[in-house]
Amino acid sequence: MKSLHGNGQDAVFSKTYLMVSFIALLLGGFLGLLQALNRGGLLELPSQLNYYQSLTAHGILLVVVFMAFFTIGYFYAGLSHTLGGLLPKVRKMAWVGFGLKMIGFILVVIPILKNQASVMYTFYPPMAAAPSFYIGLTLIVVGVWMCAFGAFIQVAHWRKKNPGKHVPILAYFATAVFVLLFFASLPVAFEVIVMIIPWSFGWVDTINVMVSRTLFWAFGHTLVNIWYLTATSAWYVIVPKIIGGRRWSDLLTRVVIISLVVMNITGGFHHQIVDPGISLPIKFMHVFMSLAIGFPSLMTAYALFAVFERTARQQGGKGFIGWYKKMPWKDVRFLAPMIAMISFIPAGAGGIAQSTNQLDQVVHNTMWIVGHFHLTLGMSVAMTFFGVSYWLVPYLSKRVLTPKINKLGLIQTAMWTIGMVLMAGSMHIVGLLGAPRRTSFSTYGDHAAALGWDIYMTLVVIGAIFLIIGVILQVYNVLHMMFLAPKGETSFPIAEAQEGEVTPYWTERWGIWIVLLVIIVAMAYVVPLTSMIVHAPPGSPPFKTW
Amino acid sequence: MQMHRSEKIWLILSFGMIMLFMFATGYQSFSLGMGPPSGQETIDPEKVDQTPPFNQPGIRKIGENEFEVVQTLQVFSFNPTKIEVPTGATVHFILTSKDVVHGFEVAGTNLNAMVMPGYIQKITQTFNQPGEYLVLCNEYCGAGHQFMSTTITVK
Repeated sequence: MKSLHGNGQDAVFSKTYLMVSFIALLLGGFLGLLQALNRGGLLELPSQLNYYQSLTAHGILLVVVFMAFFTIGYFYAGLSHTLGGLLPKVRKMAWVGFGLKMIGFILVVIPILKNQASVMYTFYPPMAAAPSFYIGLTLIVVGVWMCAFGAFIQVAHWRKKNPGKHVPILAYFATAVFVLLFFASLPVAFEVIVMIIPWSFGWVDTINVMVSRTLFWAFGHTLVNIWYLTATSAWYVIVPKIIGGRRWSDLLTRVVIISLVVMNITGGFHHQIVDPGISLPIKFMHVFMSLAIGFPSLMTAYALFAVFERTARQQGGKGFIGWYKKMPWKDVRFLAPMIAMISFIPAGAGGIAQSTNQLDQVVHNTMWIVGHFHLTLGMSVAMTFFGVSYWLVPYLSKRVLTPKINKLGLIQTAMWTIGMVLMAGSMHIVGLLGAPRRTSFSTYGDHAAALGWDIYMTLVVIGAIFLIIGVILQVYNVLHMMFLAPKGETSFPIAEAQEGEVTPYWTERWGIWIVLLVIIVAMAYVVPLTSMIVHAPPGSPPFKTW
Repeated sequence: MQMHRSEKIWLILSFGMIMLFMFATGYQSFSLGMGPPSGQETIDPEKVDQTPPFNQPGIRKIGENEFEVVQTLQVFSFNPTKIEVPTGATVHFILTSKDVVHGFEVAGTNLNAMVMPGYIQKITQTFNQPGEYLVLCNEYCGAGHQFMSTTITVK
């Protein structure tokens, strides 16, 4: 099979995406440090870069740019590697997508820097940013669509040439991720293009705030689940190879992927548990819709740890849990994603807890939620991406991972683990005590409750200092592997399926899964959205309150 | 599809746990009346001051140690501020926003609701412990969001 090594153009594409990704990590990381220092009461941010500007940029840089560019760079490398090189047409589409995203990103950043778009990553109307902010977001979405359709063309081409065969597992994950990216971005595209842009230009006077908010969350939660699905692909496909084993059941893996695609979009509703305008029975139905996504993750938890145990025992591991000693703990390509997986245990448990109505009411919009997504995204997803970078970057740059960089990577992993545990842990506790999210430093007139939060905020600052060291180390390591490390061959570690396993072909029927996805989305959203439109209050004019 | 026995047990437990969460949530919502705040009534967000009951925000006694608080939220304040109730009082909050999306949270209680322009949000709490409770906006609403707070004194 012609691999990506034979195709330098594909490598340039993925390397460019990874560079953008890690530059965004560096910028977003420093903004995060500034915010932590502010929340700790140690730093008053200047009016040229106030807390809310910084927070808007931090969210967009990390949740959108860092994770989207990594995901696309990684999966395009995977498509090129497992499907025999990208088609020239696909590569062209993906580059056009890159250009659109860059232009879009510039249009988004300028109003943020000019303090004309301090509306956060969620940009809830009736707060209205400068129109260019929304136009930029639209271009980013269209850019992502170009990459999604590129991937579909690539996979369809392979299937045509390989009738009756299963799409290789990493390309299967890529298909799932791009299907979800496309369908999840439809509601937000409608919100931005049809509702917000005409309103922000003043062509229409008012907007339906509930509909816009609901469309946003159909997208917003799915987006972060897509990054999680990307991390999962490395857990199922890459990590078993790194420890010298084979994958878990191919069929179960594909069933997990299908379930995560089909059931995902409706999960966004749990962001609206304490909203007005949605009836209790609808909210109850959505508890099920949200918790259902937990099930494939629980399947994953079993599968991964079973692979570790099986592999370690094959290599001579003994005892009830003594086999863990056989794992390659000193290999950063294993250690980082392993800690990422372990962190998903508390992260996922917290997610299940806060999806239920009454528990959500305790923590909604508090720092608990910030702790939750730093555990899920900042730890589970980001550390997996870091772990992947230690073979993906040298693979693309035709260099090798040196023992020195491996060691720095282990230190980086330690810094990140300590920092995130301290920071996200304190955030969870202080959130339970009532500290709100997205709020710059305030003692609320020296109120005793608010003063009681200070100690936890100090721990957040200490965590953030560990994390910024982690960011700098990680970016240095990526640059080293990209440009400085010794030349050599690095392989793309894809674990084999178990011997003699035959997966039924129905897993390849994407048409059925997409129809199911649409049916479930319709079940979840048609009734509440119709009610929000039919019983709509008079709309809201735009406000600029910052 | 071949599944290990331990995997089947794990998946049954997983499914059972999800069902347990469902059951607990449903029981609390529909049998104990502990459902999350879900106000269904609407209001013209540009005419809040002219629309009853918000034309007269304030606190009103409606029963034996039972009160109704009609409150508007706007950048960056609550109206009325500094509410006082006796210990053990049950307070029904009736809330709406005059501008952007706000949050109504009382630290140390389960009072936590989104307050959106155009909707009348309702939430109830019994204050059994005396003290000065911190009321704050927990949805980012603009440059002065961190100053948007007031208190409820229970004595």
